[in-house]
Amino acid sequence: MTLSANPNQAAAPLPGPGEASALEKRVRNALTQRHHAGSAPILLMAHLVLGYPSLDENRRVIDAMVANGVDLIELQIPFSEPIADGPVIAMANQAALDRGFRVAEGLGFLGEVVRQHPIPFLLMTYFNILHAHGVEAFIRETKVLGGDGLIVPDLPLEEAGPARTLCQDVGVDWIQLMTPTTPEARLAAIGAAARGFCYCVARKGVTGRQTEFDNTIDGFLDRCRSVTGVPLALGFGVKSAKDVQNLVGKADIAVVGTAAMEVHRTGGVFAVGRFFADLRT
Amino acid sequence: MSQGYHGAFGGAFIPEILHETFRRLTVAYETARADPAFWASYLQLMENYSGRPTPLTLADNLSREFGGRRVYIKREDLNQTGAHKANNVMGQGLLVKRMGKRRVIAETGAGQHGVATATMAARMGLECVIYMGAEDVERQRPNVFWMEQLGARVVPVTSGSRTLKDAINEALRDWVGSMDDTHYLLGTACGAHPFPEMVAWFQSIIGEEARRQILTQAGTLPTHVYACVGGGSNALGIFQAFLNDPDVALVGVEAGGEGLASGRHAARLAGDGVVGVAHGYKTFFLQNADGQMRDTHSVAAGLDYVGVSPILAHLHAQGRVRFAAATDSEVVSALKHLMRAEGIIPALESSHAVAQALKELPELPADAVVIINLSGRGDKDIFTVADALDDPGWRHFIRSKAENYARRDEHNQIFQGKESGQ
Ligand SMILES: Cc1ncc(COP(=O)(O)O)c(C=O)c1O
Repeated sequence: MTLSANPNQAAAPLPGPGEASALEKRVRNALTQRHHAGSAPILLMAHLVLGYPSLDENRRVIDAMVANGVDLIELQIPFSEPIADGPVIAMANQAALDRGFRVAEGLGFLGEVVRQHPIPFLLMTYFNILHAHGVEAFIRETKVLGGDGLIVPDLPLEEAGPARTLCQDVGVDWIQLMTPTTPEARLAAIGAAARGFCYCVARKGVTGRQTEFDNTIDGFLDRCRSVTGVPLALGFGVKSAKDVQNLVGKADIAVVGTAAMEVHRTGGVFAVGRFFADLRT
Repeated sequence: MSQGYHGAFGGAFIPEILHETFRRLTVAYETARADPAFWASYLQLMENYSGRPTPLTLADNLSREFGGRRVYIKREDLNQTGAHKANNVMGQGLLVKRMGKRRVIAETGAGQHGVATATMAARMGLECVIYMGAEDVERQRPNVFWMEQLGARVVPVTSGSRTLKDAINEALRDWVGSMDDTHYLLGTACGAHPFPEMVAWFQSIIGEEARRQILTQAGTLPTHVYACVGGGSNALGIFQAFLNDPDVALVGVEAGGEGLASGRHAARLAGDGVVGVAHGYKTFFLQNADGQMRDTHSVAAGLDYVGVSPILAHLHAQGRVRFAAATDSEVVSALKHLMRAEGIIPALESSHAVAQALKELPELPADAVVIINLSGRGDKDIFTVADALDDPGWRHFIRSKAENYARRDEHNQIFQGKESGQ
């Protein structure tokens, strides 16, 4: 019963600040373009669960999102144990799996949408999906297919070593999460390792619950900003134009997941498009 | 830095938001572990409340039946609430008090861990919420009844496969939002660090006692120790005391369900588990090629889990513990066998250990000294066992009970109808 260090730990030097990644440059360019076009200097990132309700419907939703001003899209590969997701997204994961969703399809889908739309696409999933596929193969395929980054919420800094190094070598950004409970020293370590952008979690709790957009969020974003030079995305509970407006000048990207899924469920594809268009006004 | 590895298994694959909570729990656990007064208060509580030390019973009749090979039974069934689960919940309960939290949440499959947690919460004055797969809520009504009577709120989980693994996910989701005043009281030696180690520590009380008792009663160490393995807490509890005795064979018995070939089982180490990461830790899981967790099956709800303790996975990799699987039908015959031979009613979970011992006993050396860890008592399984034995008297009883309820409901409806003037 001895405690030993993580055997994967050895090969994990923290990447230095270095040059901005391709994703970071794309984010900064998009921000500049928004600015020149006279709209608020904040980007919208949408989240969707692949295979829910179907890949066909995912295609239509993505068309509507891009046409209505979504700047980045996070594609979730369903997993049977989505511990960091709230009820709506967890249910969508299971529904997609019940319909026979396979990981290979999800990767194929990434390749397809990257060819069709000029915006950055990221894959979001849980670590076992990478592990079962082969971590290196998964990361290489993400790159070859044109994915810009990976978000893996159950792989904290301590466990992410080899995967992060591989991402760095291959040129896919490992997106780090920062949370209000992350202590200063740890926040600094995450900030130093960050590539592309940082995903800031607005509050304690899983996705899909109410978030109060008050000045505790401002303070949290200030703390995040002070430890990293990469852009900041803020997610969990963003659902209205007012929420987005509140984030202008504080975050660079507003992440919208559950709210858009609910709009889709009740109003269909057209409603999703309108929802995103309205978020910008 | 990264802690909690047992060889290649374990770790803490947790959402960032919980990192600080796990760090504080680890510190609380390590401080308690280094404090002899904590263990002393734990021993005292277990003596005065749970009935420890539990006996080590020489099974006379079984011993005669197997040609004088000595069979001993470690009686965890005699604990408060009828299983070894009491050891873990009481230990974590004391830790919760030390940490100053006021609420506990737990996951439960069969309901045993839920009942144990609700009992502890009642005794220690903590608010208690139990997450349980909706499917299991249907199957395990008696345990739901007791949890509610003890003052706990039982939340049926309708996501995923509506069973134990989904209850674990739901409890984690609760914790992500409630960690300031809430402790997640995990029921077995699984999950992210420090849970496997901490639960194994509280359960080590089983092996400490058993080792002393066998030396006193048999004058020798056992040659074989058998324990059933769901998450692995009762097995680790007894095995730990013998890890450094290379001549003691340690045998973990998983749920063979309808047979390994059927695919309907929960044998991760003796069956076709594959290394992966879920529920916060790295171990052998029953999963498909994409890494999605499979549905598991066992007649014993408490063994019906996709993962297994990372500490046991490591002991398996090292060859220190041998793993076997007993099928549902072997388990039911073993249960009958033990009841008739010794007047002890084992839980279906524990009957897995009994089944494997009965299978191996005829082949063991004539001077074998065997300990079977009887993790829990079987009265909770009366519905399942009566079904498996197809007992006509029981069927008749349930039918007449149901008819009684139906008549009463009908009567009440008519009565209420009259009251409201319909
Ligand atoms: C009586 C009994 N034995 C064994 C188990 C399996 O758990 P573990 O392997 O952690 O001992 C359970 C779980 O509910 C149980 O109720």
